[in-house]
Amino acid sequence: MNNIIKGEKHDWEMVIGLEIHAQVKSNSKLFSSSSTKFGSSPNSQVSLVDAAMPGMLPVINKYCVEQAVKTGVGLNAKINNYSVFDRKNYFYADLPQGYQISQYKYPIVGEGKVTIDFKDGTSKDIRIVRLHLEQDAGKSLHDQNPSKTYVDLNRSGVALMEIVSEPDIRTPDEAGMYISKIRSILMYLDTCDGNMQEGSLRADVNISVRKPGDEYGTRCEIKNLNSIKFIKQAINYEVKRQIEILEAGGSIEQNTMLFNTSTGKTRPMRNKEEAHDYRYFPDPDLLPLEISEEEIGKIKTSIPELPDELKNKFIDTYKLSNYDASVLTAEKQTSDYFNESINSDPELKKHAKIVVNWITSELFSLLNKNNLELNNSPVSPENLGQLIKLISTNEISGKIAKDVLEDMFSTGKTARQIVDEKGLQQVSDQEEIEKVIDEVIATNPKMVEQYLDGKDKLLGFFVGQAMKLTKGKANPKMLNDILMRKLNKKN
Amino acid sequence: MKIDKNTINKIARLSRIKLDDKESEDYIKDLNSILDWVEQLNEVNTENVEPLSNISSSILPKREDVSNDTNSSEEILENAPDKLEGFFAVPKVVE
Repeated sequence: MNNIIKGEKHDWEMVIGLEIHAQVKSNSKLFSSSSTKFGSSPNSQVSLVDAAMPGMLPVINKYCVEQAVKTGVGLNAKINNYSVFDRKNYFYADLPQGYQISQYKYPIVGEGKVTIDFKDGTSKDIRIVRLHLEQDAGKSLHDQNPSKTYVDLNRSGVALMEIVSEPDIRTPDEAGMYISKIRSILMYLDTCDGNMQEGSLRADVNISVRKPGDEYGTRCEIKNLNSIKFIKQAINYEVKRQIEILEAGGSIEQNTMLFNTSTGKTRPMRNKEEAHDYRYFPDPDLLPLEISEEEIGKIKTSIPELPDELKNKFIDTYKLSNYDASVLTAEKQTSDYFNESINSDPELKKHAKIVVNWITSELFSLLNKNNLELNNSPVSPENLGQLIKLISTNEISGKIAKDVLEDMFSTGKTARQIVDEKGLQQVSDQEEIEKVIDEVIATNPKMVEQYLDGKDKLLGFFVGQAMKLTKGKANPKMLNDILMRKLNKKN
Repeated sequence: MKIDKNTINKIARLSRIKLDDKESEDYIKDLNSILDWVEQLNEVNTENVEPLSNISSSILPKREDVSNDTNSSEEILENAPDKLEGFFAVPKVVE
C-alpha cells in the first residue's frame, strides 16, 4: 500500500494512533445502579453517586469488569491480574466529581494486537498498547442558549473501555479499517453495541507527519470523532495542514484539536495555554482490582468464535480468498447469514464463492437501495440458498437469477415459486437450442458471411439474437457451444 | 521539593480556588511543612517494593449488573441553582 504523500518540497509519511472509546454494553453504570439506556429524558438516570453528592461511594459493576477482560482476550492481549483505579482530575460542567475515575499506571488489559486485511490479499498487524476501564462523562448542549450550557448527566458514569493503539497506522484507510475491525470484534463479543451514531463507539486520533525513515514528528490529537468518514476526513485535513506548516519552515505545536463536521476542518481547542495537568492518583474509594487466573479462564470459555478464527475457517473449509473471507466475517450478521445459507443445502458447499458473491454484491445492493439491514432482509438465508442452487444446477441462468432475486425481495416468495410461476427455467434442451440457432443463422445470411470472413465480433450478435428468441432462458454455455459448432461447420 | 508562589498559584488555579496574598503565604508555609514531613519517607529503602495503592487488605467489593428503574430527574435537580426542562443550566462553556 502506497503511503507516501508528495509535498511541494519532499515526500512525507503520516503516523497515526487511535484511542477508541467503547461503551460497555451493560444494564447499569460502572460504579452505580443507574440505567445506561440511550435516549431517555435528561437527568432521569442519575444516581447520587453519578451526581457526586458528598459521601457517596462507588461500587464496581462485576459484569463490566468481565466484559473488559473478554474484550482484552478478543484483542489477543495480556490480561492483568492486578489493576488500579485512579482519579484523573479536571474541571468541566459535565463531570460533577471534578475527576474521572480511570486507570493510569495499572490498566486491566495490557499489550495486544489486531490484524487488518487489504483488498490485494495482504494483511497488517496494528499493535494495542492497553485497554483500561473508565467512566464516561455527561453531555453538554452548547447551542441552545447564548449564555448558558445545558447539562444532562444520564451518560455520566457509564462504563467505557479505552483502547489505545501504537502509532502503527499509516493511511486514513488503515485507520478506517482498524476501527472497523475493533468494532467487529466488540460486536462478536457483544461487549459493546458498536453504535457510532449514538456515540457508543468513538475515537480520538493522534496524527503527526515525518519524512520517511525519520523520527516521529510532533503530534496533534483530534478529539471525539464518531464516524469512520469523519475520521478519514479529519486525518486528511490535519495531515495537509501539518505538511503546509512544515514546508513553509514552521514547526508543529502539540495541540488538542476539534473537528468541525460541517466545514471538514480541524481547529485547536481554545484553552490550550492551560497545559493538561491531570494529577492522577489512586482513588482512595476503590481497592485495587484483582482477577485470578481461574476467573480469566472462566471468561475465556464464554468467548464465541471471533472474526479472525471464523475467517480462517472459511478459507480452509470453502477455499475462499482472504479478502472474501474478511468481508464475510466483518459483521456477525453477515457471517451468520452466510453460515445459514450455505448449510441449507449440501450442494451449496461446492459453490461457496457464488454464495459469497450473491450475498455481498446482489443482496447487499438491494438492501442498500431499500435502506435495510441484513438482519431485516426479506430474503431469508435458506431462500437465497435455494436460488443459488437453481443457478448451480443450471436450472436458471445467473442473469435471470438477478431478476428472480428482486422479485423474491419485493414479494417474499421463494425462488422456486417465482421460477415456476413465470416459467423461467433455463432451456438446456439440446434440440430446442439447435432449433433456435438454426433460425438465427437462416435469417441472417449476410452476417454469417461476414463472420466467416473473419469478423469474429459478430459472435456476440448471434448470441444476442438467440437469447432474445428464448427470452434469455437458453443455457448460455450450451448456446455458445452449439453456435460455434454450427458456424464453424459452414466454413 | 519546595513550594513557591508560582506553584501555589498553579495549584489554586487547577483547583479553582481563589487565594489572596495572605492566604497564599499561609498555604506555602503549610504545604512546605507537610512536604518536609512526608519527605522523611525518602530515608526508607523501597527497592524491590511494589507501590501500594491501598492499605486495606480486604478485596474490592463488586455488585451485580442490575439497574434500578427510578426516574431521578426531580431529586437530582432539586439543589441545582439553575435548570431548564430537566437539564442543569450552567454558565456557557465553549471549547
